[in-house]
Amino acid sequence: MAVVNTATHGDHAHEVHDDHHDNFITKYIFSTDHKMIGKQFLVTGIFWALIGGFLSILFRLQLGFPEMDMSFLRPILGGWITETGELDQNFYLALVTMHGTIMVFFVLTAGLSGTFSNFLIPLQIGARDMASGFMNMLSYWFFFVSGLIMFASLFLEKGPAGGGWVVYPPLSALEQAIPGSGMGMTLWLIAMVFFIASTLLGGINYITTIINMRTKGMTFARLPLTIWSFFLTAVIGLLSFPVLFAAALLLVFDRSFGTSFYLADIYIGGEALPHTGGSPVLYQHLFWFLGHPEVYIVLLPALGITSEVIATNSRKPIFGYKAMIISMLGITILSFVVWAHHMFVSGMNPFLGSVFMFLTLIIAVPSAVKVFNYLTTLWRGNLIFTPAMLFSIGLVSFFISGGLTGIFLGNSAIDIQLHDTYFVVAHFHLVMGSASFFGLMAGVYHWFPKMFGRMMDSKLGYIHFWLTFIGVYMVFFPMHYIGIAGFPRRYYSWTNFDFANMYTDLNMFVSIAAIVTFAAQFIFLFNFFYSMYKGRKAPHNPWRSNTLEWTTPINPGHGNWPGEIPSVYRWPYDYSKPGSAADFIPQTVPLSATPESNLPHEEELVKLEKQIMAEEGQVLVANESNK
Amino acid sequence: MSTATTSINLSSKRGIWGGGNEPLKASYGKLMMWFFLLSDIFTFAAFLVAYGAIRVSYPPYAGPADSFVGSNEYWPVPEMVFDAIPFVHGIHAPLVFVGLMTFILIMSSVTMVLAVEAGHRNDRKDVTKWLLWTIVGGVTFLGCQAWEWGHFIHGTDGGATITFIGNFGNMITETVYGANLSVNEYGPAAFAQLFFFITGFHGFHVTIGVFLLFLAFYQAAVGVYERRGHYEMVEKIGLYWHFVDLVWVFVFTFFYLI
Repeated sequence: MAVVNTATHGDHAHEVHDDHHDNFITKYIFSTDHKMIGKQFLVTGIFWALIGGFLSILFRLQLGFPEMDMSFLRPILGGWITETGELDQNFYLALVTMHGTIMVFFVLTAGLSGTFSNFLIPLQIGARDMASGFMNMLSYWFFFVSGLIMFASLFLEKGPAGGGWVVYPPLSALEQAIPGSGMGMTLWLIAMVFFIASTLLGGINYITTIINMRTKGMTFARLPLTIWSFFLTAVIGLLSFPVLFAAALLLVFDRSFGTSFYLADIYIGGEALPHTGGSPVLYQHLFWFLGHPEVYIVLLPALGITSEVIATNSRKPIFGYKAMIISMLGITILSFVVWAHHMFVSGMNPFLGSVFMFLTLIIAVPSAVKVFNYLTTLWRGNLIFTPAMLFSIGLVSFFISGGLTGIFLGNSAIDIQLHDTYFVVAHFHLVMGSASFFGLMAGVYHWFPKMFGRMMDSKLGYIHFWLTFIGVYMVFFPMHYIGIAGFPRRYYSWTNFDFANMYTDLNMFVSIAAIVTFAAQFIFLFNFFYSMYKGRKAPHNPWRSNTLEWTTPINPGHGNWPGEIPSVYRWPYDYSKPGSAADFIPQTVPLSATPESNLPHEEELVKLEKQIMAEEGQVLVANESNK
Repeated sequence: MSTATTSINLSSKRGIWGGGNEPLKASYGKLMMWFFLLSDIFTFAAFLVAYGAIRVSYPPYAGPADSFVGSNEYWPVPEMVFDAIPFVHGIHAPLVFVGLMTFILIMSSVTMVLAVEAGHRNDRKDVTKWLLWTIVGGVTFLGCQAWEWGHFIHGTDGGATITFIGNFGNMITETVYGANLSVNEYGPAAFAQLFFFITGFHGFHVTIGVFLLFLAFYQAAVGVYERRGHYEMVEKIGLYWHFVDLVWVFVFTFFYLI
């Protein structure tokens, strides 16, 4: 049944990179191979996820157990634990800032988009590599340098940046405001400039590759939804990160060169500062013009991965392929016109607030379309609960429960009560943080065999999933109540407020759940590294999937396919097609080879397909290795 | 390292977006330049939005233009600020010099077009000639900008009396000559800050452009592109150069015309 094309004209078939003699440095460090760069992003992302997670455990200890003696942390934190065994208050601000920065940018942008866009785009569209391997390598190394600078800032005497991950001026612009606005803030801005350069290099590459390097027959209407999501993610990044760059550069000038783009009428210690004429709200507008699209930069790749994993493991075509694409397009466009819903209480004109509220609530439509399509794909499917499938279903769950609270928060009136409370924290940690993290995990479990040629242990995968899934709800669900009660986020301590005292036990519960969830990630870590070397050898197509990456050798070399790149004849979702004996038909199988299962409109295409094949001089041959 | 999917042997029935070809009829390098420029538009747009937001927070100068005096109470009138030309002292020539600068930069775009055109003809001599003219245009523009900045920083003979907050929180009223990042004789501090920042950022782009042009000039002159068989690099740098010119038109409009 499995057939591929080979060209009869051998002379133009590319001699594929047989002459490569990679040494350790060119293979593992300064590699230009998209697969290695993807793995580099993944491992670096995992490293940062551990750091970011650990920081959150530290401030959860403070929130859950405010009376706790933290002297035992002194070997790691040194002077950040005061002499009485308490967490330093300024360091607490730095912890939440760095947790947010690391998770949003380093883990869920670089670790997710960087890993899977790099790894999957050439493999799934049928290309030898990215358009520019060199720029791709630069993209990783800019990210690496950015990470080094951010990491170094953790060890500064005055601590890393402490103004929140949004680094609003004037707090972040004035060194005398808090310790975290000193050198730590400077390093934060430098690191972000490198990070933006990395994202742009990567994004330009992804877009160009998808436009120019699809294999024969791979129309946009036959692209897997993963590729669609990476494509749109890259477009969003391309248009929004430059604005963050602009915002950051203006902030650098305010901080270091005495300008006052964001500063006006400030008194510190009763003394007027010379700054006049700037506007801190201007920074918020510029920041959120990136900040909101960033949410979708984080989420869309996870949704794309989920589409692929759910369709494969339901053994059903994805429900509403075109609706999925249109809703992603809708989200992409809407993501640029809703930014000010983060600023309802910033003193912005309330009328503007209602416009942004209206646009924000429209996002519910494409989001709901996606959710319904996931559910209808699952509906009466032959579900195979691989760990990747479980994580994908988990994503859908978080996307629903977190998305519902988005409807509350998108209302400018309700937001007056809920703004900057733990309700917001609960909302975005579910809908964007945990959902994207689950997408990342689904992707790792699903494509691990392609990355390393071995399988991850699924039993450990199940344990990891259930602990994390339940853990995430245990952590973030109670936060809704805490938030409605009015707890502000980023506060070091609430025990001084009477209304807050009754939630001490709930906070303790959340902290314990967070520690357990964090600990559960070490199961994954063990599974990941152990399976890399000792895992069961992966079969050729372990999930019996249709997409092109599974037609490469188990351990694809530089250039991905040893011979000619296969051509594509159909969309990637022909699972359980009526009439077909096999329950999946890979994209490389021509329609003319499957007359028993072709739909009427496909029968029409068979004629065209035969003409094309005749013109291109291809013959069909059975390929034994592709059973 | 990439190997583009071959377009030899591609059936015409596949359609433009059917895969295995370059649907926009542009190589990956050119596409990348286009997408980079698209993102750079957003960077400049953000700066110009910042300019607009800060500018509209000040009232415009209300009196008759010829009796304009600098004050940080209102936004200055550009033709009263930028009215000097080199080598001639004390003449009121509004926007003449910046007009000349702009003309030079636009002419360098014309020579760039000629260089690209010569590249299509694989005419090495013409490519080098026109690239050299483009470099001359770019460097002249940068020189003019340096003079413009110098004059702006140096100021007029009379200066203006400005009241502002000093570094120690004290109110100062004194005659200010020229401009720096904290005070200037023309208008609010933000006026000079935005001027330096945005024209500086544009000048930085021009500098990179001149550097790239020089690289292309050198490679064209020694025959690298001739051996390669095409002058696509000249085209790509040309895209960038036209973009930088286009951005200048916007910067010019914002700072000098309105």
